[in-house]
Amino acid sequence: MTAAPPFPTSPAPVLPTPQTLSIEGLTVAAGHDGAGPVLVRDLTLELRRGRVLALVGASGSGKSMTCMAALGTLPPGTRTLSGRVRLNGAECAPEALRGREVATILQNPRSAFNPVRTMRDHALETLAALGLAGPDSEARIEAAMAEAGLDEPARILPLHAFEMSGGMLQRMMIALALLAEAPFLFADEPTTDLDLVVQARILDLLQRLVAARGLGVLLVTHDMGVVARLADEVAVLDHGRLVECAPVEEVFGAPRHPVTRMLVAAHLALYGLELAP
Amino acid sequence: MTLIRADGVSRTYRSFSLVGAGAARTALAGVSLSVAAGETVALLGRSGCGKSTLARLLCGLERPDRGTVSYRGTPLARLDRAGARRFRREVQMVFQDAPGAVNPRFDIRTIIAEPLRHLTSLDASARARRVDELLEMVELPASLASMLPSQVSGGQLQRVCIARALAPSPALVVLDEAVSNLDLHLQAATLALLKRLQQASGLAYLFVTHDLRLVERFAARTVVMDAGTVVEETPSGALVELRHPASLLLKSAILPPLPARMPVRMAARMPAPAPVA
Repeated sequence: MTAAPPFPTSPAPVLPTPQTLSIEGLTVAAGHDGAGPVLVRDLTLELRRGRVLALVGASGSGKSMTCMAALGTLPPGTRTLSGRVRLNGAECAPEALRGREVATILQNPRSAFNPVRTMRDHALETLAALGLAGPDSEARIEAAMAEAGLDEPARILPLHAFEMSGGMLQRMMIALALLAEAPFLFADEPTTDLDLVVQARILDLLQRLVAARGLGVLLVTHDMGVVARLADEVAVLDHGRLVECAPVEEVFGAPRHPVTRMLVAAHLALYGLELAP
Repeated sequence: MTLIRADGVSRTYRSFSLVGAGAARTALAGVSLSVAAGETVALLGRSGCGKSTLARLLCGLERPDRGTVSYRGTPLARLDRAGARRFRREVQMVFQDAPGAVNPRFDIRTIIAEPLRHLTSLDASARARRVDELLEMVELPASLASMLPSQVSGGQLQRVCIARALAPSPALVVLDEAVSNLDLHLQAATLALLKRLQQASGLAYLFVTHDLRLVERFAARTVVMDAGTVVEETPSGALVELRHPASLLLKSAILPPLPARMPVRMAARMPAPAPVA
């Protein structure tokens, strides 16, 4: 797959699916008027299809805020002061990305489902919201579930969230994300609450989807092991600022910023390894 | 000397709903385990394998359906008043969910002093001195004492819970996924802290976890559980020796230290073997 130039030459050809998604000059602050502390400062990132960009940093460094601001889903009490998102270089509203261009999966899938609705309800609602509902709905849902590794749709679709394990719920969330056929995926700590064995399977699944669908993934995580497993590029945040952005081999082999060095060194120490001096 | 010992303990849970009793689920089936004074034992297994249930039985939070738990050679059910009091003081537990394990209306000082009020004969000024000492022990600033749980970070609150467990000078601390919610570098730092405390005071740890990466550097002996039974046991230095399918599955799920396209020697080097404590 060839990456489109970040800024299409005019007149812009209408591409069937965007190849890049960029966040530019994003600044988010707390407070309804944005007068509170700055949570994300002048952040610029570019996602490409078929690539995984990991966004790492300590708790509270602004990773999740970045995802939410890019999709216009910031919580009350926070505001985007500046910044824009571009698809293939063309500016677009954050709200327009949600679901159609960017699917999202989150940490703790249990809280993301309506407890009194079945999995089928969730899937049908997702299709309806995207304007994709039709006679082929059931077939679409089953295909997405099969792709997410859920082999018995007839058994799973009538279930509620409380009747399913965390790993199954995360697969269902991925299946719902696939339904939209969005070219990009924001995965915010997708495996943090899961058992290690389930985590490994979910990461395998994400890797397969990146390869098979050319999905462009923004992977938010605090675990450098997940980064080593899945990422192509790594962006490191510290107190809302991007302090380093480099290919994954460079980040592990020759991290430059002190924060990156600390993250990599603490991770390698778990394996009895040390950072090369 | 054996501090605590479970002999063939079983535990079955039954769910009840409006329409009657649900199916019984066996969480533990005839498990035996012992922890010696000053020892660190890792209890490893997937979600739902019964490791937390075993930890709760050992702490006396629940009673086994079959089998016995003995403390310093006496079955828990036969401890006299003084013995039961000693057991409650000497066996402490740290839970995974720190915010859920503290009273949100108590300040940090009150939280840490609670076991001192119930389990020791210290007067108010001696308790205050002990709290200061404990905060220093877990490397938290004294200024934290007057804050509420909501005003401190997740990592700090977990240290508060560790300080509370250490307050009555226990002989055994059961750590039930006690570091799993922390950022990775905080997990490593917390385990290093616990190890230093052990060297100073000779207490024993039962370290319940699903993360093999943490085991090798922290525990002296590893016990692997699967489906309610102990399936394998090994010195932690010999994790490569683990052969049971459940152990192999856990091993295969370990995240890689480095990106796949990067040879280990290129980026990091093995440190000199650490002196055995």
